[in-house]
Amino acid sequence: MSAPVIEAQNLTKRYNGAAVVNGISFAVEAGEIFGVLGPNGAGKTTTILMLLGLSEISDGQARVLGYDPEREPLAVKRRVGYLPDQVGFYDNLTAANNLRYTARLIGLERDERERKIAAALANIGLTDVADQRVGTFSRGMRQRLGLAEILMKDAEIAILDEPTSGLDPQVTIELLDIIRNLKHRGVSVLLSSHLLERVQSVCDRVALFNEGNIVLMGTVPELGRQVLGGGFRVDVEALGQGLAERLAAVPGVQKVETLAPDRFRLLSERDVRPEAAAAVVGAGGRLLRLSIEEPSLEAIYTHYFQRTRKGERHAA
Amino acid sequence: MRREGSALHGFGVVALKEIADHFSSILIVVLVVLVTASAIVVVSLGIGPIKESTAEDPFLFLRLFTRSTPLSLPELLSSLLVPLIAIGLGFDAVNGEHNRRTLSRILSQPIYRDALLFGKFAAGLFTLSVTFIALWLLVTGLGLVGLGVPPDAEEMARALILLLITIIYGAFWFALALLFSIVFRSAATAAVMSLGVWLFVTFLWPMFSPALASALTNATDLVGALDTQQAFARMSPVVLYNEIVSIVLDPSIRSTQQSMFARLGLMVLERGAVPGAPIPLLQSILIVWPQIVALVASSIVLFVIGYIVFQRQEVRA
Repeated sequence: MSAPVIEAQNLTKRYNGAAVVNGISFAVEAGEIFGVLGPNGAGKTTTILMLLGLSEISDGQARVLGYDPEREPLAVKRRVGYLPDQVGFYDNLTAANNLRYTARLIGLERDERERKIAAALANIGLTDVADQRVGTFSRGMRQRLGLAEILMKDAEIAILDEPTSGLDPQVTIELLDIIRNLKHRGVSVLLSSHLLERVQSVCDRVALFNEGNIVLMGTVPELGRQVLGGGFRVDVEALGQGLAERLAAVPGVQKVETLAPDRFRLLSERDVRPEAAAAVVGAGGRLLRLSIEEPSLEAIYTHYFQRTRKGERHAA
Repeated sequence: MRREGSALHGFGVVALKEIADHFSSILIVVLVVLVTASAIVVVSLGIGPIKESTAEDPFLFLRLFTRSTPLSLPELLSSLLVPLIAIGLGFDAVNGEHNRRTLSRILSQPIYRDALLFGKFAAGLFTLSVTFIALWLLVTGLGLVGLGVPPDAEEMARALILLLITIIYGAFWFALALLFSIVFRSAATAAVMSLGVWLFVTFLWPMFSPALASALTNATDLVGALDTQQAFARMSPVVLYNEIVSIVLDPSIRSTQQSMFARLGLMVLERGAVPGAPIPLLQSILIVWPQIVALVASSIVLFVIGYIVFQRQEVRA
């Protein structure tokens, strides 16, 4: 496996002695979508700014594509595309001219510049409005223009801060599609959000931030096992005798709740639908319905914080 | 710790973009109107008095800049035009980027903050220079037509120094506005603070400093009191500019005291000097060299303070 594209070790940011980011360590592998999740003020944006060399690192160290963002910020910024929270453009310039300005700052030559801008705008579906002033753009169009900028830059890593906040569901879905597209192009993505539900679907791995610390990190099913002790919920509707016992005996099932005489809810650590179906049929029962709910980040998150808060209360 | 790459990479791109912004904004319309109106007013008010003294005056052309009443061109520049234009160009230079949320996006491109700030400063200075050159050319041109007497080489040199000093003076006010645009996150606050400083040093300080000086000096020592008063007054860039310009534009004045006493209606007689005899250009410049240095230095100091604050500032809103 190749080396991680982003590596943070004991990364710390202090303002006036108070740690906003408190010694976090994580690594983003090449080609993955890494979600940095947590409530507002948890230190997500500060972490991102330190990775880009836009904010001084108080302690610890960071490596982005092997470069030190503090010593070699230009090398980092040449290779990393950044979409800030509520990205802003110059309202008096057209979409294309905004990108031209950025392209000049990057140092692209004229021909390359025009080619890349046209390709990026086409890719993101903004070709029609390329010559409109950004002042007329909606929030979603600005976010897309921000992603077009990252495409134009041919970034190896895209760092997206709250890309979906304040967008309506339809636009959010479009945006998440574009982010998946980035991954297909081989771009590694670091994505921050406080909207867990929306980004769960695109992230390969997530890190949950709280008060400057990473409290949980891993894939969503891993976290589900860790926090919820499984987290898969399989609903079975079936007619038959002694089904509850039969279902409880299925390997991987942790608990069976009987909701109604013909309805059961299984809590399991993995997807046990095939085994549950076999168990019902094997018991001579008639299977009416089988559905599954995968562990949601929301549930993991809520559960985790309820638990820690309870712990705090007990400690107090 | 040494940073890699040039701090000025992207400087030209930023400067060109900022200049394009200045020249496509509504401000440029205001500037064109202001410059044209000022030139016409100054020349039309100035030509009458000059024509009456044509015969005896060897520096007729320079009088164009100094003789118009009630407001001469340098006074108009020092107290109104230069500060207001510079503040208008600079008050939202950096906080505007913050408020439009473009700053973090621009700084995430492979440039240093230096390039952004230097670019903005250079663009402001360029726009100011273009404005003042236009005004200067208009006044000179209209004056030539009105007077019908061409200036000689020394007069041209002195007039060009006026232009140069005016641009430096503009740099001072632009650096001040830029500093406030860095320190204050709200553009309105930055504008009000800049205008506050302008009002203070232009109108309040000249009234306040004599009182302060007389409180601090012996009442019987008239010359000492006036010296202290002058020293206090010079804390204002407006006074510095006016001193430089009055000396450079009038070859008959041999010292800053003389120009101050002349304003008070007194005449200083120096041993061996013929009153009213002109002194060479270089001598005029030497007299106000400290003032010129002070004006340049204070502009640089303001810019450096702004630069340091900007380097240490957090990018996030």
